[in-house]
Amino acid sequence: MALDSGKPKFKYIGTRPNRPDGLDKVTGRARYGADISAPGMLHGAILRSPHAHAKILKIDASKALALKGVKAVVTRADFADGLSGEDWNIQENCMAGEKALYDGHAVAAVAATSALIARDAIKLIDVDYEPLPHVTDVDAAMAEGAPVIRDGAADYSVPEGLHPNVVRYFESGRGDLDEGFAKADLVLKRHYTTEAAHQGYIEPHACLAQLGADGKGELWCCTQGHWYVRQMCAAALGLEVSQLKVTPSEIGGGFGGKTTVFIDPVALALSRKAGGKPVKLVMSRSEVLRATGPTASASMDIKMGMTKDGKITAASGTYRMQGGAFPGAPVDETTVLAFANYNIEHVHHVGYDVMSNRPKQAAYRAPGAPMAAFGTESIIDEMATQLGLDPLEIRLKNAVKEGVRATYGPKFPAVGLIETLEAAQSHDNYAVPLGPNQGRGVASGFWLNWGGDTSASVAISEDGTVAVTVGTPDIGGSRASMALMAAEAFGIPYENVRVHIGDTASLGINEPTHGSRATYASGLAVIQSAKECIQKLSKRAAEAWGIDPDAVIWEDGFARPSGPNAGEFEPMSIAEIAGNMSSSGGPISGHFEASPETYGGSFGTHVVDVEVDPETGRTTVLRYLVVQDAGKAIHPSYVEGQFQGGAAQGIGWALNEEYIYGEDGRLQNPIFLDYRVPVASDLPMIDTVIVEVPNPGHPYGVRGVGETGITPPLPAIANAIAAATGVRFTKLPLTPPRVLAGIKAAKNA
Amino acid sequence: MKYHKPKTFEEAAQIAAGSNGVTRFLAGGTDVLVQLRSDVVTPDDLIDIKGIDGTKAITKRGDGGWDLGVAVSGAEMMEHAELKRDWPGLVEGMDLIGSTQVQGRATLVGNLCNGSPAADSVPGMIAAGCTVSITGASGTRNVPVEEIPVGPGRTALTKGDVISAVHIPPRGARGGDAYLRFIPRTEMDIAVVGCAVNLRLDGDEISEARVVLGAVAPTVVLVEDAAKAIIGTALDDGALDALGATATAACNPIDDKRGTIEFRRDVAAVLAKRAAKIAYSRAKGGQQ
Amino acid sequence: MSKHHVSATVNGDPVEYLCDPRETLLDCLRDHLGVMGVKEGCGTGDCGACSVTVDGRLVCSCLVLGVEAEGAEIGTVEGMGTEGNLHVLQEKFIEHAALQCGICTPGILVAAEALLKKNPDPSETELRYWLAGNLCRCTGYDKIIRAVMDAAADMREAS
Repeated sequence: MALDSGKPKFKYIGTRPNRPDGLDKVTGRARYGADISAPGMLHGAILRSPHAHAKILKIDASKALALKGVKAVVTRADFADGLSGEDWNIQENCMAGEKALYDGHAVAAVAATSALIARDAIKLIDVDYEPLPHVTDVDAAMAEGAPVIRDGAADYSVPEGLHPNVVRYFESGRGDLDEGFAKADLVLKRHYTTEAAHQGYIEPHACLAQLGADGKGELWCCTQGHWYVRQMCAAALGLEVSQLKVTPSEIGGGFGGKTTVFIDPVALALSRKAGGKPVKLVMSRSEVLRATGPTASASMDIKMGMTKDGKITAASGTYRMQGGAFPGAPVDETTVLAFANYNIEHVHHVGYDVMSNRPKQAAYRAPGAPMAAFGTESIIDEMATQLGLDPLEIRLKNAVKEGVRATYGPKFPAVGLIETLEAAQSHDNYAVPLGPNQGRGVASGFWLNWGGDTSASVAISEDGTVAVTVGTPDIGGSRASMALMAAEAFGIPYENVRVHIGDTASLGINEPTHGSRATYASGLAVIQSAKECIQKLSKRAAEAWGIDPDAVIWEDGFARPSGPNAGEFEPMSIAEIAGNMSSSGGPISGHFEASPETYGGSFGTHVVDVEVDPETGRTTVLRYLVVQDAGKAIHPSYVEGQFQGGAAQGIGWALNEEYIYGEDGRLQNPIFLDYRVPVASDLPMIDTVIVEVPNPGHPYGVRGVGETGITPPLPAIANAIAAATGVRFTKLPLTPPRVLAGIKAAKNA
Repeated sequence: MKYHKPKTFEEAAQIAAGSNGVTRFLAGGTDVLVQLRSDVVTPDDLIDIKGIDGTKAITKRGDGGWDLGVAVSGAEMMEHAELKRDWPGLVEGMDLIGSTQVQGRATLVGNLCNGSPAADSVPGMIAAGCTVSITGASGTRNVPVEEIPVGPGRTALTKGDVISAVHIPPRGARGGDAYLRFIPRTEMDIAVVGCAVNLRLDGDEISEARVVLGAVAPTVVLVEDAAKAIIGTALDDGALDALGATATAACNPIDDKRGTIEFRRDVAAVLAKRAAKIAYSRAKGGQQ
Repeated sequence: MSKHHVSATVNGDPVEYLCDPRETLLDCLRDHLGVMGVKEGCGTGDCGACSVTVDGRLVCSCLVLGVEAEGAEIGTVEGMGTEGNLHVLQEKFIEHAALQCGICTPGILVAAEALLKKNPDPSETELRYWLAGNLCRCTGYDKIIRAVMDAAADMREAS
């Protein structure tokens, strides 16, 4: 079982059993955010700003309150005073104070006896706005004369002389750029942009909230992290954190976008104002697109030097990213990850976090990494083409490996970039001959992964079955991986483990299912908790046998005497020990509470073939390959699923997904008709190869796999289109009008 | 909002004429319900016409043409093998609207009355020479489809008018039609450009043609110059180039979130040529 | 504003409800009848999470008014199979890991069942176009397509 005993042999890990919640989810029985009701429940609705930027002069709700069935109206005055930092940002984003900061910003909310009455009532609220000049583009927002979103929002990091909309500044690097570029045979500078993309989870945010005047509350909601929800709601409403209990529903997708709150504090405020009646609040799709977090948009300048045999000598990047009307664009992660795939001696990054009149960005799968990859992996590809080198070879030549010092500082432990590149190189897809107007693109990507605050408990039931409680909502099959790891640790059948997602009152604090941490961190917690149980179980057996506990070994669900006592006693099963639990010392359970930091990063390499219609500029994805390092795949089907899902989201971001703002600063595409996520007929099968370079920091070698997959598609698709058309595109998305215009311009040049 | 379910078109027209507020007729509802849900239009009187006899019927007339009830869904048209064999372009135009689910409800007349210049079924109807019956206060009249749209979201129908049937001409010998549209994805988008071509052959030469463009002007447009460019030809390269040029020239598009002026002009030519080739091949008996 | 009384059947069982004419069939199924397997992802017919059959025809229940369902036979995921007697599609979705978050799953199952009734042997392309109105954001569709194709093969063999 242990890694140090050579190649680990697993009985359950690596198999593909049915997921424990499968039956619930194929029969319609699983309960998501909007699926729960309470007696006496009211329905909420939120009034949102039609202006991109406006002073709120006056809110008159008298007509709404006069409507029969309306029980409460809340505005910012119904929330806590005196917040600062991110608590204030979240509160302000959930309910505007003095100004509406973007199209769709909440300004008031209603609770009524039916959803229709609530919707009618918000139309009766009169708001006096004084429209202000607005800005939605990142470069425009930091230019001289741009409207100021909020003076004084910048932190200590921002150098003097920059526009007040620049709120955070990052600079890092090593070596000497001049020296590095001087060694290069080819130096290229390019400007790249990416547009904001939405996580696009199919389940809109929804919650059922109850809060009394005594400050005690309960919340049911769809979230990736209910302890975060609890903290954010408590802050926004001025509650003691422990007085609020948050229970996560099943969650219909999140991808980072459900690690924060948008409506939960509003529902709680409505409930409190309506005398403690429960309030259900469900967003519409257009509310989701207008007022929840898409990711940041980016404007980037990349410079790279390379010798003629493909060795990168130096690289620098300047990254400007807007994350809406609040600090928080993930430019810190963009700069960290920009050149992290490669062993580069001279490297420099500058990052600007810029505010604009757009919704507050939220995390989206590997936040900041896809933008970074788009710049780096595009410029490498263009240089490879110019130098006549194979794009995988050039990456192999520069790839990081164990012991190499990362561009962001520390030395890499064992990592699998080279293994993914080699697996891509030898895959059949890399050898398929291409036809006219077809092109192949490759790109690699990386995500650091994360550990974070983690609590779990494992309890032995009277019949020897096991109840596992973790704090990370199951967003894509993690109950199955938890159960597999528990089954492996105990040596008992997978079916004998039941995995629960505990509410905020049943475990210590937990970070959300984010940062690709659930299988790594909650998994580690489950294994350690199981080990604690096994120790206790072994001790009970030792006591029954009257031997030293150290002389008991645990194997396949049995305590066995070992050493001089071997063979003296019949092995005792977990069921036997559990059956005597009460009379042998009481309940048996194990716990884990820690913030593990031994997550290993995951590298991936993608290969895509496209065909571009030269007359319309439309791109068809012909085949797609994801190769990624999983460390150890606990349930390979769900690992493949993460690879495929990440790739599909990246393909959407590369080709057709974007936030389109009009001259008036209003979002023009707030429905799925025009926010174009890939549909089934847009995609081919997505081939996968799971590379396993074990993470030395996890008992079974696990690396998080959730996020890396969205990182390579942006450049991989752009590189493939460049190969198909001979035209290099540096602005995403690669919509047909943009591609056709590029093809025409090249023809006329 | 009041919901009405009249038994005749005359009754439907009367309810509409007598309404003091906004009226909408409900057949498939795939536009009306979206507008309702998005708070764009909440009618005061919603008149469900599916209770009227004949609204679900697809009937072949004695002259070989077709009469379609106003509540016939796209899916029902697709499942009608003979109708599809006669007018594949018209039926495919309808079929391109929305998803399988939308096809279960969406109708030709709803698509027409929504008044969108990007309506996928309208170019095919106009190219085919379809007419509609309009029941109003003064009885029922027959009007060519191209006279219905008058601007984005606007039609020539006046208060109390309700479209009560769609009439498709007989296919006749050696005819073929086709509709193509351009969308960024493969499905589920609104047309950025659409083009329908309906033609008839005399030998290898085109003797009659109608070319209709969608999404490139405030209304769907019947492009007579484009028809002239291919009539009397065997759709040789020169005719195709002339067709493309006339299609581009007929565009009066806008830049919007779905496409640019330049893109629409360019792609109108591309689609006109591609659609004409398909229609031509179908007229020759090809199965394309 | 007066409400309408509607009688219909849901998954073969007779039901009655009172609805405002503005309420959709989706609203009525969820809020009045507690049929919660039908999901709202968009409310505009663009995502397919609310897919049901009405008199055998696949539709988005968000694009049908509740009042229109008078006398109709409505089918939802709850009527596809029961515990211990799942529909082959349901079994294959679990087996192939064709769901991650699962919110789109009921709608996709209902849509896939409607296709296989009409066409027991669809090509991959036919299946992908049939399901184009059912958005899935988690899976990239790969495992969904495999699960449906596998179910179709099993169903053909069994028939």
